[in-house]
Amino acid sequence: MTGGLPLLEAIDLVKHYRVGNNLLRRLNKTVYAVDDVSFAVWPGETLGLVGESGCGKSTLGRCLVRLYPVTSGQIRFDGTDIATLRPAQLRPYRLRMQMVFQDPAASLNPRRRIGEILAEPLLVHKRCNRSEAAERVGELLHLVGLLPDSADRFPHEFSGGQRQRVGIARALALQPQLVVADEPVSALDVSVQAQIVNLFLELQERLGLTYVFIAHDLSVVRQVSTRTAVMYLGSVVEIGPTDAVLRRPAHPYTQALISAVPVPDPTRATQRARIILTGDVPSPIDPPPGCCFHPRCRYATDRCRSERPVLTPYGDGTQVACHHPLDG
Amino acid sequence: MISTIIRRLAHMILVMFGISMIVFLIFFATPGADPAARIAGRNASPETLEQVRASFGLDQPLPVQYGLMMHRLFVTRSLTSFVNRGMAVVPAVMEAAPVTLSLVFGAAILWVAGGIAIGITAAACRNTLIDRLLMILGLIGVSMPVFWLGEVMNLITQSRLHDTWLFAWVPALGYKSLSAQPWEWFKTMVIPWITLAVMYAGLYGRVLRANLVEAGQEDFIRTARAKGLSETRILLRHALRTSLISFVTMFGLDFGALVGGGALLTEVVFGLQGVGKLTYDALQSLDLPMIMATVIYASFFVVVSNAVVDILYAFIDPRVRGTGA
Amino acid sequence: MSEEPILSVRGLKVSFRTDQGMVHAVDDISFDLDAREILCIVGESGSGKTLTILTILGLISDPNAVIEGSVRFRGRELIGLPARQLRRVRGREIAMIFQDPMTALTPVFTIGWQIAEQVREHTTLSRRAARALAVELIEAVGIPNPKGVVDRYPHELSGGMRQRAVIAMALSCNPALLLADEPTTALDVTVQAQILDLIRKLRADFGSSVILITHNMGVVAEMADRVMVMYAGRIVERGQRDSVFARPWHPYTWGLLGSIPPLEGERPHRLISIPGLPPSLLHVPAGCAFAPRCRWSRAACAERPVLAGSGGHDSACVLDPTQRRAARAAALGVLPGVA
Repeated sequence: MTGGLPLLEAIDLVKHYRVGNNLLRRLNKTVYAVDDVSFAVWPGETLGLVGESGCGKSTLGRCLVRLYPVTSGQIRFDGTDIATLRPAQLRPYRLRMQMVFQDPAASLNPRRRIGEILAEPLLVHKRCNRSEAAERVGELLHLVGLLPDSADRFPHEFSGGQRQRVGIARALALQPQLVVADEPVSALDVSVQAQIVNLFLELQERLGLTYVFIAHDLSVVRQVSTRTAVMYLGSVVEIGPTDAVLRRPAHPYTQALISAVPVPDPTRATQRARIILTGDVPSPIDPPPGCCFHPRCRYATDRCRSERPVLTPYGDGTQVACHHPLDG
Repeated sequence: MISTIIRRLAHMILVMFGISMIVFLIFFATPGADPAARIAGRNASPETLEQVRASFGLDQPLPVQYGLMMHRLFVTRSLTSFVNRGMAVVPAVMEAAPVTLSLVFGAAILWVAGGIAIGITAAACRNTLIDRLLMILGLIGVSMPVFWLGEVMNLITQSRLHDTWLFAWVPALGYKSLSAQPWEWFKTMVIPWITLAVMYAGLYGRVLRANLVEAGQEDFIRTARAKGLSETRILLRHALRTSLISFVTMFGLDFGALVGGGALLTEVVFGLQGVGKLTYDALQSLDLPMIMATVIYASFFVVVSNAVVDILYAFIDPRVRGTGA
Repeated sequence: MSEEPILSVRGLKVSFRTDQGMVHAVDDISFDLDAREILCIVGESGSGKTLTILTILGLISDPNAVIEGSVRFRGRELIGLPARQLRRVRGREIAMIFQDPMTALTPVFTIGWQIAEQVREHTTLSRRAARALAVELIEAVGIPNPKGVVDRYPHELSGGMRQRAVIAMALSCNPALLLADEPTTALDVTVQAQILDLIRKLRADFGSSVILITHNMGVVAEMADRVMVMYAGRIVERGQRDSVFARPWHPYTWGLLGSIPPLEGERPHRLISIPGLPPSLLHVPAGCAFAPRCRWSRAACAERPVLAGSGGHDSACVLDPTQRRAARAAALGVLPGVA
């Protein structure tokens, strides 16, 4: 974060979907999943992407590794825009960015042994031949804290936490620089979550990885991230160093999000000033005009209802998209 | 809504014409299918063949023949058979249709009622003797070939036990018109109905039972139980409604196919001159105009059944309605 | 409180016959619940917490299940109660809501119809009156446009709204006890805050007792009057909320509390994590179930520890108070809120 080129940069990233199968295409609705998002991630740091359902964080994560094509905008990886590259040109970049998924049960092929699952990326990208692959698989298992004999077993023989370790090992098989983790601990029990979170931190230290860590759990995001971006309805509403964003939130949504997290301390639980937002998390099909948050915001003014705010620097290294950011 | 209807109509027309074109082309690609030879009869001289070809327009290029045939089929409805000279095809199909429709509608009522009864009873008595018995009976029903069962029924009702009080009322084979002799019509159709329905009732009963048991594992069934509802109510209201969806799908497909002429074997065994029998005869004699007519008739019904099933979905399952959000 | 507890569970055991032997999913659970009290049962997967409350309403349908023990509700024994009588308790005196609001309601009937169905099952209200009651309940749980929503289908509502509808349905007959199995786990955190608020408010307005199952200690801190921590089918700690958070007694509880990344204060270099995995219920250790993962296990742990304590705070651990204080300090350092 101290100067130098960002490893990953999203510039004006947009991802829209069409839904509905009307004959008159004009009548189909658009899902504004990712709506003009820009941010940068420097080597060795972790950017936490946090938000609730419908905010677009998972879609954004998948767009970053080109699992989904983007509608418009740039994705600069180490200076090169990969958003519009064709598959053949994209291949070398795929080696350098990998993804870890949320559901450890669903993301591993149940008919394959762990050893095969881990060896596959190595063999496909011709990193080593079959005999070397076995050794490399052993190294990977050790790296994520699994026993070497795991290679001969099937995913269903493992617990959720262990399967997630396999998912992480698979992502690391090709020695990527960037790992996008999409809710990697949400499906796990809390004590297992702690183990996997620790694993992420250790691997980052040991291998010099850069993370984009997507989660809906603010406490987990805080633990892992150097910087945090808060998303709402497809836009980034606040981004900055984690402690600055969480201790002195500038955006009303960030403030509400923080106050909604239940804290395991009864004395604090009764004392906190709770901001309970009315209404539901809105759908990205019909975003409101102006600021996307104004229908639920207690400080909304006319300007908020008509003019869409852009990310502007706010001090402490944070940027906030709000016409009336909160005072610290 | 309107756009959906228009889309479906367009699909239907496309399907029907597509099928007719394929049938037309297959006919001419079939070896030994020179229609002129068939019409002229065996040992016809080449001059006769030429004459036949000219008079039936068989020397025209294929697209023209196709166009002419379609014109005669739909516009003037004067298309005549290759085999039975002078017999107009369209009226023949129209006359055979009520027979098939009577057979299939009656059987359908029986097999739907039977299937639902078997399915519900088996699911309610899951894993007991009754359940296993019903499933075995269903399996037997599915396994009996309909022509065999039909013949056995005939054997019993027409010959062996015909003179006993049990089956004395069964009339001779052959269709009686509904409008002319309703009671006779009914008596004629009862045995064919049962024969055709047995297989489908078994199949539908088994499928419904499986769906009901599966639905029973759903979360909303657990909620219903926690509400204090009786098991009967849970089965009949909550589980059945959600299980009917696949039942209705299957029914639509089967019904459409049967009405279109799939009940052929039953018709033959019971001497009913329905569309199935007509198609069968036409295929035997390679009577292209008749084949075309019956094929188009059949595809029309299949497509219509599918459309009706889709509409029924919207009634049964509210998730299908509307554009959703 | 000299009042009789509304629910009294003694020696509850739920076991399953499997090919590999008996699985003791719930192993000798006993606890009481007072009127108007919120009891939070905390545990991770396999702890037996869901099965415990399913047993109360007799909702375990597995033919291989063996249920022993006693569950007395308002003085009446529920285990072994004939189906017809049990049905009268379900939905009327004891109501239950489940974890996933997306699948909890029957998709082919409207919200209003489903609420009215429950009402008409247990009361003699007419169809009209039941529907009017449904509208009132939908409004009481904070769903906007109640008259419109009563005719909507479940798939037309969001997760949060569906969970509110489920709560409305559960409370329709004014039950004395509400069982909630992880009601907010599948919801967004801002919606979760709304739902928890709602449950607290309804407890105040309707006077029901609540058993709330969760794996989230933060939810426990906000909601509980009393806490019960379960592990491998057994109770390892229970007591008043403040007592359990301020001075937790059991090493598993320390592990649970330490696993949570703090939202405020110092960020730990690494989270405290409990090594290993919960035991497979087929092979629960003979003595203390937690001993294999416990830093402080000793010879005495080979015998199953008795749930004991003082002042309403119990734990199943052989450590005596002095050893406990030292161990806790080592495990947690200074925990905010710990005296």
